[in-house]
Amino acid sequence: MTTADRLAFGQGPRAIEARLLTGAVVVVVAAGTLLGWSVDRDLPPAGLITGIALAAIAVVAHVAVRATAPDADGAVLPLVMLLNGFGLVFIRRVDLATGDGLAAAQTVWTAVAVGAMGLALLFLRDIRALGRYQYTLGLATIVLLLLPLFEPISAGVINGARLWVEVFGMRFQPGEVAKITMVLFLAAYLERNRQLLSVATQRLGPMLVPAARHLAPLLVAAGVALVITAGLRDLGSAILVFGTVVAMLYVATGRVAYPVLGGLAFIVGTFVVYQRFAHVRRRFAIWIDPWADVQDASYQLVQSLFALGTGGLTGTGLGFGRPQDIPFAATDAVFVVAGEELGLLGATGLLIIFLLLVVRGFRIAQTAHDEFSTLVALGLTVTFALQTFVIIGGLTRLVPLTGITLPFVSYGGSSLLANYLIIALLLRISDDSRAAAKGRKEPANRWLAATDTPHGPPRETSA
Amino acid sequence: MNTTIKRVAAVVLGLFGALFINLNIITLLQADDLANHPANRRLMVREYEIARGPIVVGEHAIALSTPTEGELRYLRTYPEGPRYAHLTGYYSLVLQRSGLEAAVNEQLTGRPTEVVAQNLGDLLGTRDRAGNAVVLTIDPRIQAAAEAALGDRQGAIVVLDPQTGAVLASYSNPTFDPNPLSSHDPSAVVRSWDELLARDDNPLVDRALRELYPPGSAFKMIVAAAALEHGMIPTQLFADQPFYDVPQTTADIGNYGGGVCATGQTISLEDAFRLSCNTVFARMGVDLGADALVAQAERFGFNFPVPFELPVVASSIPHDLDVPATAQSAIGQRDVRVTTLHMAMIAAAIVNGGEMMRPHVVDSIRNPEGGRVRGSMGGRWEAPPGVGRAVSARTAQQLRRMMVSVVESGTGSRARIPGIEVGGKTGTAQTGLTGTENPPVAWFVGFARHDVAIAVTVPGNSARDTGGLVAAPIARDVLEVAVATRNASTSGRTSGPSTP
Repeated sequence: MTTADRLAFGQGPRAIEARLLTGAVVVVVAAGTLLGWSVDRDLPPAGLITGIALAAIAVVAHVAVRATAPDADGAVLPLVMLLNGFGLVFIRRVDLATGDGLAAAQTVWTAVAVGAMGLALLFLRDIRALGRYQYTLGLATIVLLLLPLFEPISAGVINGARLWVEVFGMRFQPGEVAKITMVLFLAAYLERNRQLLSVATQRLGPMLVPAARHLAPLLVAAGVALVITAGLRDLGSAILVFGTVVAMLYVATGRVAYPVLGGLAFIVGTFVVYQRFAHVRRRFAIWIDPWADVQDASYQLVQSLFALGTGGLTGTGLGFGRPQDIPFAATDAVFVVAGEELGLLGATGLLIIFLLLVVRGFRIAQTAHDEFSTLVALGLTVTFALQTFVIIGGLTRLVPLTGITLPFVSYGGSSLLANYLIIALLLRISDDSRAAAKGRKEPANRWLAATDTPHGPPRETSA
Repeated sequence: MNTTIKRVAAVVLGLFGALFINLNIITLLQADDLANHPANRRLMVREYEIARGPIVVGEHAIALSTPTEGELRYLRTYPEGPRYAHLTGYYSLVLQRSGLEAAVNEQLTGRPTEVVAQNLGDLLGTRDRAGNAVVLTIDPRIQAAAEAALGDRQGAIVVLDPQTGAVLASYSNPTFDPNPLSSHDPSAVVRSWDELLARDDNPLVDRALRELYPPGSAFKMIVAAAALEHGMIPTQLFADQPFYDVPQTTADIGNYGGGVCATGQTISLEDAFRLSCNTVFARMGVDLGADALVAQAERFGFNFPVPFELPVVASSIPHDLDVPATAQSAIGQRDVRVTTLHMAMIAAAIVNGGEMMRPHVVDSIRNPEGGRVRGSMGGRWEAPPGVGRAVSARTAQQLRRMMVSVVESGTGSRARIPGIEVGGKTGTAQTGLTGTENPPVAWFVGFARHDVAIAVTVPGNSARDTGGLVAAPIARDVLEVAVATRNASTSGRTSGPSTP
């Protein structure tokens, strides 16, 4: 099989990826062109440049994956490009309404994030190597989470949450990267202690419950969630952290007791947090009755509902909505901007893309060829899915609204970077398992193969 | 691990399912409520994308939409704002709409705005659509004359065409400028609104349609009508006494200014009307009885909502009047309340052979190309339904002659215009209890020839401000202009096809 055959007409995952990526880029460029046309009836050069840039980025991403993870799942990258591309279209839509220039910045961030993904795939040949830095990762997670509280670099409370640091005039959300280090730490910890944690020593009603000391990770997770809620005033991230920990504990041990106790702890925790923190009570009050104060407290939620309600089934059409009325239109509320202009149909389409990506994530977790990889893939997928749920559910009043980005779609460099790193890890895990199934001998990274020093055989797990 | 992963995946799938169901509820079930919610600016912005039709008086737009460079594409302006403010109303971002802007909104926008465009096609269709023009029956010269005649005085003037019910002028003072209220700057709107609300002379109240006043002696038109309908004749004689000793009460009714009306012997019905003789009319009311009085008032439209393009407060007279209340009601006191528009309608009916006409201010609706969409909503008005004329043609003719003599040699002499037949009835109504110092409300209700009816209401500044002294000269100023313009328009109408 020649290289050219493999590039476009082959049957392997990369050939599928190439075709799907082409489709994704075509769809996004078409949407961008339609947007430009509906606004000024002219082919907009800015939109076209973004389209060309996205195509170039897609080519680079594809080549990078082809070189570094040739057997990885072929659907992941096209789905990500579709989300990222629609994100660019709707950020540009918001730009047209507000006069900002966020789409150009987001295009640059996309290039940077895809570059980071390529580098991660290039240098991270063996994901289990990360497991060795278990405690470093745990510490890094806590440091990253607490960084915004460190006064010299803290950017203070922005939009009601303390999530940002500012270094050399650049703002960054360390919490986005903390999600990844947390999952890696937990995967390593659970892989080593899972047998201990799954030994039931007590009976609580119909359930077998692990010894109290083995509940420690759950308690730590709850504690961290509480600290995030109280210190960072970020309810959304707290739910994210807690949900991810519970899901990983459950998958690692197979004990139903963890989700059940976790659920109880969540209810009790919610109650305590509700009692203790005024900003949480405010969010709940807005959720329960958004119509009490439509001009102030519940302005964002109500404007989101107005946008979706006005959009209806088919939407107002690209360029005919009013993103200027929606607070945080390019960041938190970008889903609503899409929902207003593309209607229920478009919003459902976006949901389906997210769902397909999540399903690929679970598939990668299932087929991973060691437990550490399984737990990493699962944890990252659950984090990704929960983040999507928390922000879309918040904007549609299914759950209390908390400000958090919609992965790959919202404007934001930290978020894009972190999410592309998640994809790098998923692709690496996918490539590992498929290569093993295929019996591929060559190292995953052919470019580094000549100079790479051998790591030795992967540490066998005790399973 | 496979099973547990599947279960986690199932939970996540459930969460996405909940998102999908919830999205359906918002975009399908709740869509209408959300799209039409008053706090949803989308509806309003879309409405401002319509080139709203003008409101036209004579040849000129008194309310028109001009294109802007801003987000709201059209600005509503009122070139002669205060003069027509109570008719046009305002068209405001903050306060929504009032007056005709509210009443004929659907015509002005060209379609009901409550049905929101929900898809691309509809929306593209609204982009450059223009609304219909609403042409009024108002004559700008008469309206201007009404404004000038009232000057700084508070009050209201309504001028009608007795034959059609068309409103030729309707002016209420103090008035306001609708332009700042229709500004695209919300803070300017609120500032202007607060200033208007802070004033204690209530400039936002339309005294012609929405303010009730006691009619005082102007109500004697209705009492006289009831008497004539019951077989009395204008020359019938009554005792001319300084006081009428009202049965069942110690409170006597005297004449205005005290004393007798004429010689102190006897006085005819027409002279009692001409001189506005309280003792005669109070006794006549009691003799006719409350039922007859109320029935006649209702045939003139009391206690019934007046059909009109703008909301009008209904004039009222209580049903269960005892004898003292009947006596006081017969001279337009106690609980009898009327609007200026309604009094003009009664004068119009008397000129029009006893037939009440439905008042209307919209002459026609025209589409942007100038074509006629529909005409006026005129015609007869029977209240109560099926009652026929308010009074017989004969009674109407007798009342008309009596009203002419009021102006020729009675209390309304200051309304006289040489060479023109002018009739009317004055009124000076006490607003408080007898003996208190509240200034009265001065009235002149009447007509010139067969083609102009008028009502002038002037809440007085001092106790000496009588209808004959204050309201009659104002009415004369307006009637003079009205007669002149009616001559011009009538000759125009006969000499060729009428042009709008």
